[in-house]
Amino acid sequence: MAFWLIQALNGISFGMLLFLLAAGLSLIYGLMKVLNLTHGSFYLLGGYIGVAVVRTTGSFVLATLAGAFAIAVVGVVMERFFLRRFHLQELPQALLTFGFLFIFSDLAMVIWGSDPETMPKPALFDHSVQLGGFYYPSYRLFIIAFGLAVAAFLWWLQEGTRVGAMVRASVDNEEVARALGINVSLLFSLVFALGAFLAALGGVMGGPIVGVYPGADFDVLLLGFVVVIIGGLGSLKGALFGGLAVGLLDNFGKVFFPELALFTVFAPMALILAWRPSGLFGHE
Amino acid sequence: MLSVRDIHTYYGDSYVLQGVTLELVPGQVVALLGRNGVGKTTLARSILGLTPPKRGTIVFKDVDITRMPAHKIAQMGIGLVPQGRQVFGSLTVKEHLQVTARGRGRWNFDRVTELFPNLRSRMRSLAGKLSGGEQQMLAAGRALVANPALLVMDEPTEGLAPMMVRELGRGIESLKQVGTSILLIEQQLAFALRYADVVFIMSKGRIVHRCTPAELAADAQTKARYLGI
Repeated sequence: MAFWLIQALNGISFGMLLFLLAAGLSLIYGLMKVLNLTHGSFYLLGGYIGVAVVRTTGSFVLATLAGAFAIAVVGVVMERFFLRRFHLQELPQALLTFGFLFIFSDLAMVIWGSDPETMPKPALFDHSVQLGGFYYPSYRLFIIAFGLAVAAFLWWLQEGTRVGAMVRASVDNEEVARALGINVSLLFSLVFALGAFLAALGGVMGGPIVGVYPGADFDVLLLGFVVVIIGGLGSLKGALFGGLAVGLLDNFGKVFFPELALFTVFAPMALILAWRPSGLFGHE
Repeated sequence: MLSVRDIHTYYGDSYVLQGVTLELVPGQVVALLGRNGVGKTTLARSILGLTPPKRGTIVFKDVDITRMPAHKIAQMGIGLVPQGRQVFGSLTVKEHLQVTARGRGRWNFDRVTELFPNLRSRMRSLAGKLSGGEQQMLAAGRALVANPALLVMDEPTEGLAPMMVRELGRGIESLKQVGTSILLIEQQLAFALRYADVVFIMSKGRIVHRCTPAELAADAQTKARYLGI
């Protein structure tokens, strides 16, 4: 029993990290129809900045904020000066964001080298707590709680605020939204920045569990896509449930069929695609 | 207040507006008539900044808005009731009337729901779930809460039941009373003639005729030639 619970919690906490990544991926696609391949870089660079800040200041909170805000700025610059030129042109956008993924990957290699970095856990959560009959690292529980809090916040932002209503209106009908005075291009920048922020947040917070290493950008991007394909692009709920599903599948897959690692994630994805091409919570 | 001067607009490769000139004074209801595909909607899109003209200028309240971004044009005071309603499916009625609200003019949430009482009982419904008539009232309401000085209405009566057409007419009348200008693109001649002060007729990307509603009503030749009636 303890084994199952521990593995389930491992899967759920990893799923929450994937949710942080996929929420942005999904929001950006929903509003701008951009499939942002640079999202993996946002995760990795956020992680590296976090490691650097925690080394010099010793503060995990500061590391998280620095990583997330720095990458949000990178996101705004990317959107304003590059992506904007190719609005609704899928192929140029894919090439552009793919190019940035490689550039950032090499840049990270130049700056931080090719050795994996480990992010220390924050002191507050650097211990285990007793859950019934077993001990479990409190940091992973913290990630689960944090992920749920972010999900609740994003839901409130989308459904309960005027900006959220503006975003939904623009998703429904961009042209009419503009003709009614909604500054859609400003919303693009805000949503892209928010997506980058969340991905970097995932990178910093995932540091103590997953590590920060060259290639993590591609690894998480791949899983992020599986999440949004399962959950449905453009849906916040889809990102959350897709994230949890992929987290659990990935974790139990690695436990039971380590030699089949990715298969346990991709096979269910293929099945869901065949059954519901737009994902569990997708529109259309 | 709105002055369209010799604009030429292309839609992709096709040359749609071939030199359109039009003047609108404050408080006037201008009906824009013509067969399908003569460029009425494109003219609306050019004015709104959605399809800017290649040549010519559009001046609104003494400001050149020809190449201004659409949302800025809207914020200057031009509202749109788009063809086919195009309400936001994932917003509730209430959200529609909040998200575009602007300015401290005459129209606010309460006034709009007074004008269209049908909407009041559907506040929490998603717009996609409303009837066609209710959606049309909502499309008009969300444009009004921005307090536009000029309202562009693109075929607002399309597909509406007679009762809803009358309700829409009441809406237009009360807009007229408070001095809002309206550019009314219509297929229903009777509706246009009833509310317009001036009628413009378009054909093949140009304005070919300008007259009063009474003149057009009596002019069988023009009606037959340009409107197919």
